[in-house]
Amino acid sequence: MLRLLFHTQVSLGLGQAAAVAVLAILVARFAARRGANIGKEIPLVLLRGLVQILLVGLLIAALLRGPWWTGIPVLAAMIFIASTIVRRRVPELPGAYTLSLLCMCAGAGGVLTVMTLLGIVEPKIIILIPVGSMVIAQNMNIQSLFLNRFLGEVRSHRGEIESALALGAAADRAAEPYLRASFHASLIPATDNLRSLGIVWIPGMMAGMVLSGSSPVYAALYQFIILGMIFTAGGISCLTATYLAPRRIFTPQQQLRPLS
Amino acid sequence: MSNFMNTDVLQAVRLSRTLDLASGPKCLLRDVSFRLEQGQILAVLGPSGAGKSTLLRMLNRLDEPTDGTILFHGKDYREMDTRHLRRRIGMVMQHAYLFPGTSAENVRYGPAQHGDGLADTQVSELMRHVGMAGYEDRDVANLSGGEAQRVSIARALANQPEVLLLDEPTSALDDASKQDIERLLVSLVRERNTTCVWVTHDVSQAKRVADLVLKLEGGQAAGLGTPQELLDA
Repeated sequence: MLRLLFHTQVSLGLGQAAAVAVLAILVARFAARRGANIGKEIPLVLLRGLVQILLVGLLIAALLRGPWWTGIPVLAAMIFIASTIVRRRVPELPGAYTLSLLCMCAGAGGVLTVMTLLGIVEPKIIILIPVGSMVIAQNMNIQSLFLNRFLGEVRSHRGEIESALALGAAADRAAEPYLRASFHASLIPATDNLRSLGIVWIPGMMAGMVLSGSSPVYAALYQFIILGMIFTAGGISCLTATYLAPRRIFTPQQQLRPLS
Repeated sequence: MSNFMNTDVLQAVRLSRTLDLASGPKCLLRDVSFRLEQGQILAVLGPSGAGKSTLLRMLNRLDEPTDGTILFHGKDYREMDTRHLRRRIGMVMQHAYLFPGTSAENVRYGPAQHGDGLADTQVSELMRHVGMAGYEDRDVANLSGGEAQRVSIARALANQPEVLLLDEPTSALDDASKQDIERLLVSLVRERNTTCVWVTHDVSQAKRVADLVLKLEGGQAAGLGTPQELLDA
């Protein structure tokens, strides 16, 4: 029906986006009436998301004319911004921004670098930025889950941690069971994505590749590669966090800092 | 010379702790001093919020003094390795906070942190001492409150501490377990001649167990002396 009203691809896209936004706002209003505290922020979140993705579209359009390496500062900026978002999830963790930045540089940054050097991710703007952004965004989610869960575990097991310290355990050792639980929990979505791939869901990138004329078999294989990269990047960033996070919650005298 | 003559095991010197909160500084403990010789039991008595647990946590260095210090065998404890200090100054908390696993695994935890293993016979001996013979392989999830506290005492004793800090070890227990655990602790501490700091809000318990009593009120010492001097008046 919308195709009858809009005649250019951009105007059609805007119309489709507006229709989806209206639906989302209606659902949010309904949820707000049922007591969920999301009603007011949803229109702003939708508008912000639309503006951000449009800007990215415009940026990619501009970058397409430049050399491939111009994608590197764009991806670096994404990692910086993602670290800010992770910090907001765990404001009570001292040094959360630097911690997230280091972990995501090791995870998403490391995996993208290796994959590009191996030629698995082609050094082309049109591939580098969409693939890189998927890996960084998922890495950000995994990192947030890890730190959020870790702080929750520490708060609810403060007695056990201090009992271990009081018995002479090193801070890392006292926090180890909770780091392990957080590591496992944070990778559950990425693991489930791999497990259910093609059975429960067909990811957007694969659908996009098929729509743009790629072979469905190659699109499927490439989607697997992307999910593998997301899992690996998440694993590396969380593994890095298991070494760095305890240093943020314990003092040099191996005392557990107060966490609000 | 004075250090050479000093027979104190533990000495608190004008110990203070103040928190820097957004709302302003909050004093938890101010200028608290005492000295304890080998085998003495000091009961720290006071209402909730008096600073009893703060004092105990500083003695184990779970919290840092903002002023003053603690001398352990005459030496400033900040000059010692924290983990080594905590092995020598053991602590039993109000709740047992046992680690998932068996009683024996909990008892072995402390020595394992320092690279020492406990033989089965040593574990059994410790469990027997706390009245839990035969419970070595029992999952701690299946223990009662009193049993769990006994295992936590055995766990603290496994490190062979020279000083034992007890943070209201009977307050979370039912009346029957309270008396049992109190008797057990007194006999263990006396038998081993262990120096002990016992936090309690129970005056009668302080009278029963202590050689010395430190009364705290609002984070300050309100009296230090024998139970007869302070509690019989």
